[in-house]
Amino acid sequence: MRPFVLPCPDQARPDPARPSLIARSALVAAVTGGLVVALAGCGSTASTVSPAPASPASSTAAGPAVAGLVLKDGWVKAVPSGMTAVFGTLTNPTGHDVTVLSAASPVAGTVQLHEVVTVNGAARMQPKTGGFVVPAGGSHQLAPGHDHVMLMDLKQPIKAGDQITVTLSLSGGTSVEVSALGKEFAAGNESYAPSGGVSMSPGMSMSPGMSMSPGMSMSGMSGSPAR
Amino acid sequence: MTSRRQLLTGAAAGVTGAAAGYGLAAAPGSTQPVVTPAGERAHGTDTVPFHGLHQAGIATPAPAHAAFLGLDLRPGLGRDDVRRLLRVVTDDAARLTQGRPALGDTEPELAAIPSRLTVTVGFGPALFDRIGRADRRPPSVAALPAFPGEHLEERWSGGDLLLQVCTDDPVTLAHTVRMLAKDTRDVTTVRWVQRGFRPARGATPAGTTMRNLMGQVDGTVNPVPGTGMFDGAVWARGPAWFAGGTVLVLRRIRMDLETWDAFDRDGKELVVGRRLDTGAPLTGRAEHDVPDLKAVDSHGFLVIDDLAHVRLAHAAVPAELMLRRGYNYDEGPAADGAADAGLLFAAYQADASTAFVPVQRRLAARDGLNRWIAHTGSAVFALPPGCAPGDHLGQELLE
Repeated sequence: MRPFVLPCPDQARPDPARPSLIARSALVAAVTGGLVVALAGCGSTASTVSPAPASPASSTAAGPAVAGLVLKDGWVKAVPSGMTAVFGTLTNPTGHDVTVLSAASPVAGTVQLHEVVTVNGAARMQPKTGGFVVPAGGSHQLAPGHDHVMLMDLKQPIKAGDQITVTLSLSGGTSVEVSALGKEFAAGNESYAPSGGVSMSPGMSMSPGMSMSPGMSMSGMSGSPAR
Repeated sequence: MTSRRQLLTGAAAGVTGAAAGYGLAAAPGSTQPVVTPAGERAHGTDTVPFHGLHQAGIATPAPAHAAFLGLDLRPGLGRDDVRRLLRVVTDDAARLTQGRPALGDTEPELAAIPSRLTVTVGFGPALFDRIGRADRRPPSVAALPAFPGEHLEERWSGGDLLLQVCTDDPVTLAHTVRMLAKDTRDVTTVRWVQRGFRPARGATPAGTTMRNLMGQVDGTVNPVPGTGMFDGAVWARGPAWFAGGTVLVLRRIRMDLETWDAFDRDGKELVVGRRLDTGAPLTGRAEHDVPDLKAVDSHGFLVIDDLAHVRLAHAAVPAELMLRRGYNYDEGPAADGAADAGLLFAAYQADASTAFVPVQRRLAARDGLNRWIAHTGSAVFALPPGCAPGDHLGQELLE
């Protein structure tokens, strides 16, 4: 596959060839039925530290053996459209900590590294500042209700049995390509509250088709709850 | 539970011998039982390897419970969708059979006791057309010829795909079937589900031939895994993608237990040609004695009747050999108390046209047992060879 890293619109490296993320979100909203997602959080640390996109050649050179990071038991929730999340166990067999700084996937317009936090007693997810740190010789769990790789602005349905790839950009300037298997997963209807203090205004609800990840209640939602 | 407690406390006088058979021993008069670790070992974590040259669930010993699922490919779907299905079913099976949760398993704890779980996949005749692989269909994976006396019902017959799930634990069976159903339903619909059972694990010594619900010892003559005879009878040699696979003929055989009950015991033995108590042929003393099909009694009559089941089922040539690995079913009693029971006859062979078909022709035409049985379901599947880690079942067929 051809790896690429899509910068956020408010970053220093705008891509004039692409419509702004906000505009594209609005487009998705129109398609999926009145949905508006504010992505003000896109400029968080997790995505601003993206290294230059790896070329296909350098990505190959920096394959799993070199980068040392592996996604074990990778899977992605099957959804017809909108957004979904990738889970699994990031495993680092090397002798030094590795940080996942950003991610990209050919199936998604935008990919973010998310965490789930509890705000006012309700769980919500948001971009994770500093990315995912995988300790030397250790692992980092990506699981429903916890850290996960968020695929947004999906370009195609994710079906059970689909094998999708995600390119993780790592500290040290390398990147690694990992894969995830599409699985039907009924849970995963938590709210998405972008970081940066911008809450969704009333009416900015997530439609069921745009539901995000895992097993969280809708109570933390600023807009009207999805199901 | 009570009897076990009695055994443990030594309260059941005179049963210490039986207790010893279970790995328990209580010294006479003692209230302190000795429990040997062997007798107390739980079997829940026993596993059968998933990856290999052949799929598991064929040559591997039959666990106590089975579910056979016949699936139909949804309209408009094709090869890419079947590939997705096989990828996810293979992944589920590789994990669950080893006692690990499936990816995204919402009840991961239910995966902890596989109890010799196997998941086996098969392809029905029509699937080959649907995925543009008609030229690779093994010739005998086709509609079977009609046999006299059969009463086939659509609801137990056919299917584009087969999932065969076997395990000693019915809870594990339910969880596995649930996972597989969730992971296949966007590609297929469920055409039928047939559940069956054998004696509980440990109820009889390993290798004991099971009894069917007519009370007969059923499945005595079977090729033995690991022998050349087994390999020749069961594993297909071609087409290339299918080498190491096998052809499953699954027949739902209803037993008319009401009229069978009314039949006398001698008659029951004559019809089959075997004793009910030991399963021995009427010409022999032990179950595995070879039936003497020519033996005559003092009046000159054949000891094993002309129409006896064992005579007609006997493989006339090596190509007729097949592995029988059936399961009892019992869906009754009905409102009036009548039985609804029978056998899920599962026969695995390299080529159904030289094994099941000729044998069933003889049986359908003449078997004395036909008065009490009826074939009500029929399905044929190509069970592809096994796969290596990282590959999925049926990969060579789809490539």
